[in-house]
Amino acid sequence: MQAKRTIFPNKFLPYLLLAPQLLITIVFFLWPAGQALWTSFLREDAFGFKSTFVWFENYIQLFEDPAYLNSVWITAVFALAVTLLSMSVSLLMAVSVNSLIRSGKAYTTLLVWPYAVAPAVAGILWWFMFNPSIGILPYMLAGFGINWNHRVDSTDALILVVLAAAWKQISYNFLFFLAGLQSIPHSLIEAAAIDGAGPFKRFRTIVFPLLSPTTFFLLVVNIVYAMFDTFAIIHATTEGGPSGSTTILVYKVYADGQLGLNLGSSAAQSVVLMAIVVVLTVIQFRWIERRVQY
Amino acid sequence: MATVDLKDVKKTYAGNVVAVKGVSIAVPDGQLCVLVGPSGCGKSTLLRMIAGLETITDGTVSIDGKVVNTIGPAERDIAMVFQNYALYPHMKVYDNMAYGLRNRGMGKDEIDKRVRETAKILELGALLERRPRELSGGQRQRVAMGRAIVRSPKVFLFDEPLSNLDAKLRGQMRVEIKNLQRTLGVTSVYVTHDQLEAMTLADVLVVMNGGLVEQVGNPLDIYEKPASTFVASFIGAPPMNLLPLTDSANGATLSDGTAVPQAPKGAAILGVRPEDADVAVGAAASAGGLSLPATVEGVEPVGAESFLYCAAGGQKIIVRVSGRSPANPGDTLKVVAKAEKLHWFDTAGKRV
Ligand SMILES: Nc1ncnc2c1ncn2[C@@H]1O[C@H](COP(=O)(O)OP(=O)(O)OP(=O)(O)O)[C@@H](O)[C@H]1O
Ligand SMILES: [Mg+2]
Repeated sequence: MQAKRTIFPNKFLPYLLLAPQLLITIVFFLWPAGQALWTSFLREDAFGFKSTFVWFENYIQLFEDPAYLNSVWITAVFALAVTLLSMSVSLLMAVSVNSLIRSGKAYTTLLVWPYAVAPAVAGILWWFMFNPSIGILPYMLAGFGINWNHRVDSTDALILVVLAAAWKQISYNFLFFLAGLQSIPHSLIEAAAIDGAGPFKRFRTIVFPLLSPTTFFLLVVNIVYAMFDTFAIIHATTEGGPSGSTTILVYKVYADGQLGLNLGSSAAQSVVLMAIVVVLTVIQFRWIERRVQY
Repeated sequence: MATVDLKDVKKTYAGNVVAVKGVSIAVPDGQLCVLVGPSGCGKSTLLRMIAGLETITDGTVSIDGKVVNTIGPAERDIAMVFQNYALYPHMKVYDNMAYGLRNRGMGKDEIDKRVRETAKILELGALLERRPRELSGGQRQRVAMGRAIVRSPKVFLFDEPLSNLDAKLRGQMRVEIKNLQRTLGVTSVYVTHDQLEAMTLADVLVVMNGGLVEQVGNPLDIYEKPASTFVASFIGAPPMNLLPLTDSANGATLSDGTAVPQAPKGAAILGVRPEDADVAVGAAASAGGLSLPATVEGVEPVGAESFLYCAAGGQKIIVRVSGRSPANPGDTLKVVAKAEKLHWFDTAGKRV
């Protein structure tokens, strides 16, 4: 498509109009990003008096650090689990609501609630429910002979943060899935029914393929969410513990930089994260441009 | 091969919307039944009940003598062509046609044979590898037909299949559908609100109005003997002229007092089709025929024929003559019609 060219009478007007946008981008994005990049090449001494330029030393150390590699692994598992869990649950909900859509208004409103709850509040909520000493869920799980303690058991801790993070994303996914389902003409489903396809077959061969643009979009959004937007939830529930078992990359930046005061390494980690965001964004745009084929 | 029988079928939607108020129709084996009527009269609802896409509130639908009220659409062995075609957008033409066969567990070779045979009949051979969005409207329509034909079902159902096509293509496809249906001999129910389509396609024509059947029969019988003023004005274009009659001391009269001595007892409306009326200057009416003094108000030449808009008996009357109009606006003449071409209806609009 050809971009439309607008002619401004004054040569400076367009720049003036863009200025606020550019200013915000520069002050809140480019500048800190540049600083992070610069800091990632420095190393401070233990007292913070002096910093030396060390080239890629921070990066090399980073990728040789088993704790960091472990965090990469945890992040991958976490992001995948959150994405799959929240997407499958919300797809299930959207499909059921879509089938009784006339009375669906109330459900839709209810299901948006988790999204309206601030992440920290959501985190605390889950923290309470799963609290080994006062929470209701460990109590109930104990009834089944399951000993829940996310403060000690790293698997429990990971399950907890996955649940909390996925729960928050369900309503967002739900709305997109529902909109996607609504845009599939009902006559297609009817035609498939006449063509002898049962409900599951119709879903597998008609609905799901037609939903694929929505699904792909949500896939990227959810991965980005799980990797970058779950800081508050983790901070409120497990604080990255026990022994780093829920420390995803974003949390590690904070833990190493703010708590550990290892600014050089922390900056290097931020730069790596930035690179990941850029790659994900490029993938998404590429796909949106080409559209999922059908 | 099958028959379709509807017995006192009713449909009430949620919220007490009564869409079909009791319809009985019998479609004989191999015939094409057309449901025609104005928008909202319940045609689609009736068709969808035959298809099994809508529950039946009351009455029975039978296909091939078997009541199918509680049977799902897949097991009724019907095929439907939708108004928007409802082609699967993510599948190629080939797969669109093969989908129903695959779902029924047919072997690969048999499917391939059938799809290619059907494609040949419909001249779709070159399009099999395309997706629906790469087709023109007419081609999509053919694929939708192909998807129905390929399964060789007992019954074809059509819901306004041609209404998204332009006029010329619509005419072509109409002929094609008729020929296909004849050669395949599959019992069909066809919904339309286009009276021309209805007249040309139907073996059995059903005129519906407000959820009820107004008249069932052979299209020409319906044209010649409409059972009500509704049918009279719905079938035929331009519609039949309907002139109200009043009873006075010296028999029935038109609204301006012109006597209509030939009116039978109980007649409250006189109907004359534009094509049955003619204009004459000074000539006497044939025995028992109609002869009304009239003024020409307008002339519409269409080429092969002309429409004369006349004022006669205090009413507007349209007269259709072949070729050029013999009169000009402002002329006074007589509108005449033969006695056997006059239709009489009572106060309720029923044929006398
Ligand atoms: N799902 C529905 N729920 C409630 N009312 C409905 C529903 N579908 C149709 N109706 C109503 O039933 C009546 C008949 O509808 P139907 O679709 O059968 O009309 P139609 O004769 O096919 O009209 P058209 O020529 O416009 O397609 C209409 O009054 C319509 O508003
Ligand atoms: Mg309809």
